Amino acid sequence: MTAPLLEVKNLSVVFDTEGGTVHAVNDVSYTIEAGETLGIVGESGSGKSVHVLAMLGLIPRPPGRIVSGSVLFEGRDLLKLSEAELRNIRGGRIGFVFQDPMTSLNPVLTVERQLIEPLTRHEGLSRRKARERAVELLDLVGIPSADRRIGQYPHQFSGGMRQRVMIAIGLACSPKLLIADEATTALDVTVQAQVLDLVRDLKKRFGTTVIWITHDMGVVAGLADNVQVMYGGRIMERGPVRSIFKQPHSAYTWGLLRSLPHGETRLTKRLYQIPGQPPDLTEPPVGDPFAPRNPFATPRCFTETPPLRQIEGMAPGHQVAAWYDLPALLAAEQGTER
Amino acid sequence: MRSFFSALLRSKAGLFGWIILSIFVLAALLAPVLGLDSPVRGSLSARLDPPTWTGLFSPGPHPLGTDQLGRDILSRIIYGSRVTLAVAAAAVILGGIVGVGLGIVAGYFRGMTDRILMRLVDIQLAFPLMLLALLVVAALGPSLRNIIIVLALTSWIRYARIIRGQVLAVREREFVQSARAIGSGTLRIMFRHILPNVLTPALVVGTLELARVIIMDAALSFLGLGVPPPAPSWGRMLADGRTYLSTAWWIVTFPGLAIVLTVLSVNLVGDWLRDYFDPKQRGLK
Repeated sequence: MTAPLLEVKNLSVVFDTEGGTVHAVNDVSYTIEAGETLGIVGESGSGKSVHVLAMLGLIPRPPGRIVSGSVLFEGRDLLKLSEAELRNIRGGRIGFVFQDPMTSLNPVLTVERQLIEPLTRHEGLSRRKARERAVELLDLVGIPSADRRIGQYPHQFSGGMRQRVMIAIGLACSPKLLIADEATTALDVTVQAQVLDLVRDLKKRFGTTVIWITHDMGVVAGLADNVQVMYGGRIMERGPVRSIFKQPHSAYTWGLLRSLPHGETRLTKRLYQIPGQPPDLTEPPVGDPFAPRNPFATPRCFTETPPLRQIEGMAPGHQVAAWYDLPALLAAEQGTER
Repeated sequence: MRSFFSALLRSKAGLFGWIILSIFVLAALLAPVLGLDSPVRGSLSARLDPPTWTGLFSPGPHPLGTDQLGRDILSRIIYGSRVTLAVAAAAVILGGIVGVGLGIVAGYFRGMTDRILMRLVDIQLAFPLMLLALLVVAALGPSLRNIIIVLALTSWIRYARIIRGQVLAVREREFVQSARAIGSGTLRIMFRHILPNVLTPALVVGTLELARVIIMDAALSFLGLGVPPPAPSWGRMLADGRTYLSTAWWIVTFPGLAIVLTVLSVNLVGDWLRDYFDPKQRGLK
């Protein structure tokens, strides 16, 4: 087996604020193989965005601080690189697509100037060459009459078109890794579907490795190979999409899946709602961060943090951080109901 | 461009300002071809001639009269406007480049850089600008270049303050983050991505500064520290003519009127620009 494209080890990030130290990311470790699509799911404040921003030196420091860990990308530790070296990687080897296409494009610069920037910066193309390539890119992401549209300003594009432009910028230098942070969240469902189709198509063509950060389980189901569920700055569960959707082992994943409407969900039935509030990360709870909201929590969940591990009966590659055996508990519950 | 003119037609004050300012600028640019008398050589036989149209005895064709050395006042006002407008524009542009640059630096880096630069601005604002200008001109000597430098020195602080505030807001916008994510360096982010977003307020500050600098230039000339003679200047015309105020009112009245009209028109244009560029103001009134 070749070395993974990205290997995150024991990454912890904190923010020093006036109200105390916020432990935003706690001891996160995972690997991504080349060509894989990893969906990272979690609610606001689960550390899903912050940890990728921290990897690339994009969090403001201070107040942000990387306490520990290493991030190996193509054999180099990103956390040990200088700002200048990181700049060479950002937008070059690693592309980024941000959440809100309405605000992530500079309103006073033409699309051309914003699209050309990574090309001249990283590939050393001349302006003319870069423009040609930029038109190709726009064409590739499905913007009609790209040659004319490229000279326009962001406000002349619709939301979906702007997200396509963002994707084109992210893909401009044929990155090894594309990180999309809530890239479809701000879009209409139909436009969302189009953008997802586009990403799937581009992945197939270029074999780009993708990290797709979202809070939408549905998006993950349609796009990712593997899913990683984060909560309270920790990874709660990780594994192949099918396996996780079929048999979640973390009560948090289970709660997330239950709170989604299904095809068979009757309109009269109320959707499940995870009780309680996300934890206050200035004083991270001892033990399993999800325990206070977890109906299945055992006493041990409140005292000891569970490691991410594979437990008996799990599909290969599927791991969970839990002290309880969710499938067994669920089966028992169903038994008593009947 | 069409919306520019239709917006202009809707504002009487703005239109008035633009027209007056255009007349002054055109007159200044075309001065050599207007067939005016020499602004510096007069004839003593024609000294203190009143304006032709007053009906008083006036032999020469001097529409605004002549001064104590027999020089044509209209010609001196127009040639004087060349100096005044050029000096003021140069000072405002120079001050603008320095002020906008330092404002972006202060707003982008914040922290110590910001504190030092802004305290410098505070100190200079607390110090009477006229006194500062007098000191510097007195020390360096009055020359065209020195006057421009001095006026720019009093001007950069206003840009710096306003631009800093704008940058503080712009730097938090998401496109700055996404520029960082495509590997843009600090300088590139500051001047390629943030600068175009703060040019509009800089332009508005610029017009208002232009008006202030014109007055200051006139004041310096009035005190004898402006552009040195024989170049005509509005401030010195006022200074020279004030002893004749009771006998030859036209010597000070017309240059004074020129100053008032120029400053007024520049201010009106500045106000209008501010409204024009502020989307919240559009469609109102």
